[in-house]
Amino acid sequence: MKLTSELKKELGVFGLVAGLLMLLPMLNAWGPDSGTLAVSSFQVSLWGKYLTFAILAMSLNLLWGYTGLLCLCQSLFFALGGYAMGMYLMLMIGDRGAYGGPLPDFMVFTGYTELPVHWQPFSSFLFAAGAVLWVPGLVALIFGFLAFRSRIKGVYFSILTQALTYAVCLLFFRNDLTFGGNNGFTDFKDVLGFDLNAPGTTRALYIASVVLLLTTYGITSGLLASKFGKIQQAIRDSENRVLFSGYSTTSFKLTIFCLSAMIAGAAGALYVPQVGGINPSLMEAAKSLEVVVWVAVGGRGTKWGPVIGAIVVNVLKSYTTQAFPDYWLIMMGTMFVLVVLFMPNGMVGVYRQLKNKIARKRSLQTEAAA
Amino acid sequence: MIVRLKILSLNVVKNWLCVVGAMFLFGGVLSAQERGARLVLSELILADAATQPALLEEISEYGDLVIAEIYEAWRTGAVYTLKTDSDIRLLQFTDLQEWTLVATGEVLALTEAEIAVVEKERAARKTRKLMKGIIDTLGLKAANSDVRIDSAIKMGRSQKLEFVPALEARLKVETDSKVKQALQEALAISLLKNGDAEQQLASVKELTGFKSVAARGLFEEILQAEQESSRPDSALAMASQNGLVVIEEHVNLMEFLGSFFRGFSTGSVLLIVSFGLAITFGLMGIINMAHGEFVAIGGYTTFMVQTFFINTFGLSSSAFGWYFVVSLPLSFLVAAAFGLLLEKSVIRFLYRRPLESLLCTWGISMIMQQGFRLIFGAANVQVNNPTWLMGNLSIGGFSMSYTRLFIMLIALVVVLGTWLLLRKTNLGLHIRAVMQNRDMASSLGIPVSRVNSMTFALGCGLAALGGSVLSQIGNVGPSMGQQYIVDSFMVVVIGSVGNLLGAGISAMGIGLSDQMLQPYLGPVMGKISVFFIIILFLQWRPGGLFPTRSRSLED
Repeated sequence: MKLTSELKKELGVFGLVAGLLMLLPMLNAWGPDSGTLAVSSFQVSLWGKYLTFAILAMSLNLLWGYTGLLCLCQSLFFALGGYAMGMYLMLMIGDRGAYGGPLPDFMVFTGYTELPVHWQPFSSFLFAAGAVLWVPGLVALIFGFLAFRSRIKGVYFSILTQALTYAVCLLFFRNDLTFGGNNGFTDFKDVLGFDLNAPGTTRALYIASVVLLLTTYGITSGLLASKFGKIQQAIRDSENRVLFSGYSTTSFKLTIFCLSAMIAGAAGALYVPQVGGINPSLMEAAKSLEVVVWVAVGGRGTKWGPVIGAIVVNVLKSYTTQAFPDYWLIMMGTMFVLVVLFMPNGMVGVYRQLKNKIARKRSLQTEAAA
Repeated sequence: MIVRLKILSLNVVKNWLCVVGAMFLFGGVLSAQERGARLVLSELILADAATQPALLEEISEYGDLVIAEIYEAWRTGAVYTLKTDSDIRLLQFTDLQEWTLVATGEVLALTEAEIAVVEKERAARKTRKLMKGIIDTLGLKAANSDVRIDSAIKMGRSQKLEFVPALEARLKVETDSKVKQALQEALAISLLKNGDAEQQLASVKELTGFKSVAARGLFEEILQAEQESSRPDSALAMASQNGLVVIEEHVNLMEFLGSFFRGFSTGSVLLIVSFGLAITFGLMGIINMAHGEFVAIGGYTTFMVQTFFINTFGLSSSAFGWYFVVSLPLSFLVAAAFGLLLEKSVIRFLYRRPLESLLCTWGISMIMQQGFRLIFGAANVQVNNPTWLMGNLSIGGFSMSYTRLFIMLIALVVVLGTWLLLRKTNLGLHIRAVMQNRDMASSLGIPVSRVNSMTFALGCGLAALGGSVLSQIGNVGPSMGQQYIVDSFMVVVIGSVGNLLGAGISAMGIGLSDQMLQPYLGPVMGKISVFFIIILFLQWRPGGLFPTRSRSLED
């Protein structure tokens, strides 16, 4: 009985969030053109970007919050997904680039005369969409296999993942990797034949982000309720006990690592068309740490915490980088120190603490009254 | 005095010479040689056709590079005369847009009226031709032996017959053995083209003996010429072929030694930086992501000490060289003080929570980086090498810069110092006890919180020492520490956490493999390969080089 009431509550919150998120494109489509309720297409794509960040935070939460693996290369998976989608979008420009050729502009001025072999299948959307998932997944599989096999855990895992993103980032800054060097991809025209600048496309991409976010939520909830999720959390709490109980923690960790990488990749694929470009600075080690900040601020190991954290920090960032450009990093750093020191469970944790306090007070009062 | 008398005897005393003579008596700043060269050259410029040959001969005795400079000005029309009622002054309009007196090099402030009446001095064609020969061989007589070597090599490469007498003449009087070799090499290269068949063969052999890099291209030319005239088996061709092989081997050896040396010095920097990290990370369990910013504190302290020395003593004073000696301990102390502050305010809440310490110190690193930007600007700041660190030590044709040698020395001092501290002092004993078992150490009466503060301060101080040293070979900027932080973490992981010997070995290993791979793969691919080597190494030895053996189960 209790379980169903909790389930009901969770479904209610889920519905509420879905409804709130869908408000934005609806207002954009049918709302007034001016006034407080007016929502421009720019705002829709801005919030679409926040949502992809929220999904990225959720994917990290799967690892850090529920499995105890602090992965410092989550942005790498995000960027890999983004690059895979970016390749498709680059090929869709066709002859509308500055050079008017069939090749993407950056290839023309780095001296390519024909499309490299590994680029060719990306003119198919289906292939690109597949690559968005399997490329980050494969990287995670190989790296995770090597790391987990030799029992690298805790901080060592974090340091190695950071080194991985550092190395790949250096690689992507090179021109001869055929991914546009430090300029990356930009100037996209359309996706699946729809103009990227059209309000309808913006809304569609936003809605796709909402769907992915809710799906990720569903996956997280499903996992947590399953036996797999129980083992996952047991690994977080005491890996050795799980190991001694006869479970191969390596394969569990590897599965969740790949899954998380694929979700991050999908988020990246939705990020690229909404922002209109991608370059290797997205893979920098600092970006992955930023994702950790979002999760920590919102509440690690909670279902909605990462979403709240990602949105709050990014809205704050958009505001402060314009209002106080010199002090944004100092504010973010201070926030981070304070959160780690005083709010170990983030905003969601503070909310729970307050709720518990009030509930205890009430029960004390009722006890006193009785 | 002799010089002056010679001038007087050779030339009619002119009005302008009075001015010059006065300068000669009162000005004591310039070296005798320069004064002499400037004087003679002034006379030459003003002399008539009859007296010029004698003066030309005299000027050819001087090896002062100022002659080339003034001659160039004369040739391009930047030398002027200013005639007044009493005298004539010979002036040069320099690149710095200043008027200088040619005879002394003294900067003059001319009035507008004076500038209006100056007249350009032109060199006669014949004089120019004669001067050119003198200017070309000028470097051979320079006081600085490096300039003489450079000049000899240049003259040899030009393979002009006209330089041969000058080179031979110098070879007879030269005493410096290195310059002598350069002269012989230059002569041999010159003879390769100008000599007869026998001389050519002898030259080839001689150059092979010298392992002359400059001769490589010439040998190839000879080979080609011999093949074209269908004599691929001639003695000359064989000798050239042999010479090429020998020189090639020599060049490869030098390159290898160069990478090795650079790798060693890169490893030394890494070692200093990562020792600090090994102490905070390995001994205390604190992942200090702000470690790189403490490196930057060292760099900026060095910069500030340097600025202080420039403002107080001046850039060219002999005291300036001491700034680096002062900045090394000062960087350590400044960073240690900051580290102490940080430990007392934040870090002490984070023991036993390594992941949280990583996140928290990353926030601190962002604050510090932005702080540097606000205080010192986003651009890199300039840190000069003190003069005593400039130059190279060269052994058997292989040269090592003093800066990098000094870095290795500092690294050695750091290793020894840390070892002594940890093994021979009371604090070291406490540090090791806390590291092995915090609770047990505490219950034995060791002041754990004080030991923690001191250890953290020590780690931060070492980082800054690394930064101070880095300022001599790299840039000092807000994000200078970021480049080293990833590498340093690798060093600590590879060398087994908490093991300083391991950290030392792995710092050298990573530094060396980085520099050894770079010539073949380029800097980026070199770094990436090192990273993958590290990953694979950890497959083989997950605990690093010297894993701690323990029966306890960490969880």
